[in-house]
Amino acid sequence: MLRIEGWKRVLIWAACALGLILALPNGFYTRVEQHNDAAQAIELGADTAENQALLAQWPSWMPSSLVNLGLDLRGGAHLLAEVQVEQVYASRMEASWPEIRDALRPERATVGTIRLQPSPPDELRIRIGEPAGMQRALQVVRGLAVPVQTLTGVGANDIEVRAAGDDVIVVTLSEAERLASDERTVQQSLEIVRRRIDEVGTREPTIQRQGAQRILIQVPGIGSAAELKEIIGTTAALTFNPVVNRTSDENAAPGVGNKLVPSLDEPGLFYVLESAPVVTGECLVDAQPSFDQNGSPAVSFRFNTQCARIFGDYTADNIGSPFAIVLDDEVVSAPVIQSHIPGGSGIITGNFDVEESTNLAVLLRAGALPAELTFLEERTIGPELGQDSIDAGKVATTVAFAAVLVFMFLSYGLFGLFANVALIINIGLIFGLLSLIGATLTLPGIAGIVLTVGMAVDANVLIFERIREELKSARGPARAIELGYEKALSAILDANITTFITAVILFAMGSGPVRGFAITLGLGILTSVFTAIFVTRLLVVMWFERRRPKTIEV
Amino acid sequence: MRLKLVKQNTNFDFFSRWKMWLGISAVMMIVGFASFAIQGLNFGIDFRGGTTVRTESTQPVDVAVYRDAMAVLELGDISITEVFDPQFDADQNVAMIRIQAQEGQEAVTPDTIRAVQAALAVAIPDIKFVSVESVGPKVSGELIKTAALAVVLAIGAVLVYIWLRFEWQFALGAVAALVHDVILTIGVFSELQIKFDLAIIAALLTIVGYSLNDTVVVFDRVRENLRKYKKKPLNEVLNISINETLSRTVMTSVTTLLALISLYVLGGDVIRGFVFAMIWGVIVGTYSSVFVASTILLWLGVKRNWDKPDANVGNQYANIDA
Repeated sequence: MLRIEGWKRVLIWAACALGLILALPNGFYTRVEQHNDAAQAIELGADTAENQALLAQWPSWMPSSLVNLGLDLRGGAHLLAEVQVEQVYASRMEASWPEIRDALRPERATVGTIRLQPSPPDELRIRIGEPAGMQRALQVVRGLAVPVQTLTGVGANDIEVRAAGDDVIVVTLSEAERLASDERTVQQSLEIVRRRIDEVGTREPTIQRQGAQRILIQVPGIGSAAELKEIIGTTAALTFNPVVNRTSDENAAPGVGNKLVPSLDEPGLFYVLESAPVVTGECLVDAQPSFDQNGSPAVSFRFNTQCARIFGDYTADNIGSPFAIVLDDEVVSAPVIQSHIPGGSGIITGNFDVEESTNLAVLLRAGALPAELTFLEERTIGPELGQDSIDAGKVATTVAFAAVLVFMFLSYGLFGLFANVALIINIGLIFGLLSLIGATLTLPGIAGIVLTVGMAVDANVLIFERIREELKSARGPARAIELGYEKALSAILDANITTFITAVILFAMGSGPVRGFAITLGLGILTSVFTAIFVTRLLVVMWFERRRPKTIEV
Repeated sequence: MRLKLVKQNTNFDFFSRWKMWLGISAVMMIVGFASFAIQGLNFGIDFRGGTTVRTESTQPVDVAVYRDAMAVLELGDISITEVFDPQFDADQNVAMIRIQAQEGQEAVTPDTIRAVQAALAVAIPDIKFVSVESVGPKVSGELIKTAALAVVLAIGAVLVYIWLRFEWQFALGAVAALVHDVILTIGVFSELQIKFDLAIIAALLTIVGYSLNDTVVVFDRVRENLRKYKKKPLNEVLNISINETLSRTVMTSVTTLLALISLYVLGGDVIRGFVFAMIWGVIVGTYSSVFVASTILLWLGVKRNWDKPDANVGNQYANIDA
């Protein structure tokens, strides 16, 4: 018979109430948003009266999670960047040359002269004078390999050394090391992009890794994608390189293992530098704006201990020779080493003004991107367009909602009203769930909700139609209602599971707005099945118990 | 008095002209496919790379002015369309400019965008750029592949599910209907040259979901009636099932269309193409679940001794108690 146990009723109503309470903050969007911002600001120490007032706008015992608005609704910039991981191979190979050279030097008796050959960027070709010493040379270079620490690359070394011809050694990164290096590069880029964007302090940026080497960056409220690129695109790659020569000829041939770098302040002046840096900006643990002995703005920095030692040794060995401070492929300054610098700290002087030295310090602190980013996709959506879309979406949803409510009432009378109550709860539940999981609402997502409004009644329609049919066989209203629910169930489940499958595939394969659509569609299916088979049923049963009608009309 | 869109106890014969219906569907599919093959889809930048700029100005959009302003930049194929929407203010004139992907460039080109904005700002002083979107050719190629894969995967997953829950004939019928819907939707987009972008793929998958929903409801009833009327010929059982579910089919289509039409009219121009695809899909999907899926089922035939091996298939959820 038509019975639902008390505890089930309590559970059903509790689930609905919980969903609705979770959805409630979205009804007061601006207010709750200000409340949340104020709460965050106070936590960070900005405990002003103004913030307290904003905080008081929404009771703190109420849930305060909101549905995030997607870029297409809020306006902002979207970038899809690809990390050029291969660039790291080149700098790795460059950096390993001094080490290999130093290892081979003591073996000169057997291997002869050691010369770096012009080589493609991701390998190192070294020619030795004595082909007979090849075996020994290979052995020595292989001795420099370090095991790679990854789960998959167990037992693999970071470099592969082979002979090409009888007097050339070719050093490349091993496959395992390349994978490990790619992983590190992307992680590091991700972290640096995040820090730079945080430094600007915008609300809720999305910075996500996508696939093996891509980073998705979405920043709401920012003026344009170009602006965003300026924030993350400034590389600030700092290196310290030994100076070979100075020249004013921009076409001068730097020679193998060297490179020609222009001066930052003096146009027409070029430096020939060794490509392999002594230390790089990655070694920096701190950088602060400061002033030099003459009172001009400068940036002081400090290295970590490892680099401090390398730098110390280098300065001790090269007193009297110049070395260059290179920033973004321009020589900032090329002082002559006056004395051994043991402590690992130093100062960069140049023709800075105070602002420049402050910016430079910030950039150095945030770290350099290990590799360049190329942008595969960029979108800017103006806030007005987003607001227009929200307004249009609101109107459309309201009208769609009203039309369906009226239509259901006209078609099914009292039962239509039950379905309508369930539909209202349904929409509440969707918003509650969206807030709970912190999902992002996009314009197609709004379309998904409108579609759900249309389709959510389907389960109820199936049941009501079935009850109508069962009533024809005249088994009495209670039995007809029960059979209606029972027999419609398999159709409801099959139909919704298949739709749910497509929503899941859409979520897995889609991105951005499309994914937002998949989320609302999928959640809508869950909540509409719940409301149809539990909430309307409970309403019908409660009505039936009170009235005990002899006949019903559906 | 109740509003009844479908009279009670209808008894339409849906299969007396089944060859004609299948013929009509086949012809429409061929037309759709031919249109797709001959003139192709009007791919948005998601799928072929390039840049779109949405502009707003108080002055009426004069396409020639826009075109002349950008002519000096030599950007290749540029399309400029004025956008209309009933909700725009009187002096809100919106245009969409689409610039093709520039040759030899993997990534997007900020310089191009800047040049375009500068050139337009000279010609139309109060112009605003409300959205600028660029997609590089590298990504757009991948997006096409992913999108096609998504549609194929969805259809495949559904095929398997229905096969497990029903019989393979049902699965084939349902999938034939889905393919029919997808081809007709792509056909209409190619015929009317409506912009085909990522959102349309979402719409396609929704159509797949909706059409399936409809088909499954009919099939569920067919399965039930096959057990009930063991001696009746298949076409009668199918006819009874479709007639019994007809009222529900129409009701659900109408509520869904009500919601979608209000979104189409009031939801703004940004998603109009997307909503159009869904409206079309609901109509085609409703048609196909009756005239394609069921007809194919009739054509393939189905085994009739449902009771013995799978006695509990249709009822396994029936014991759930609320």
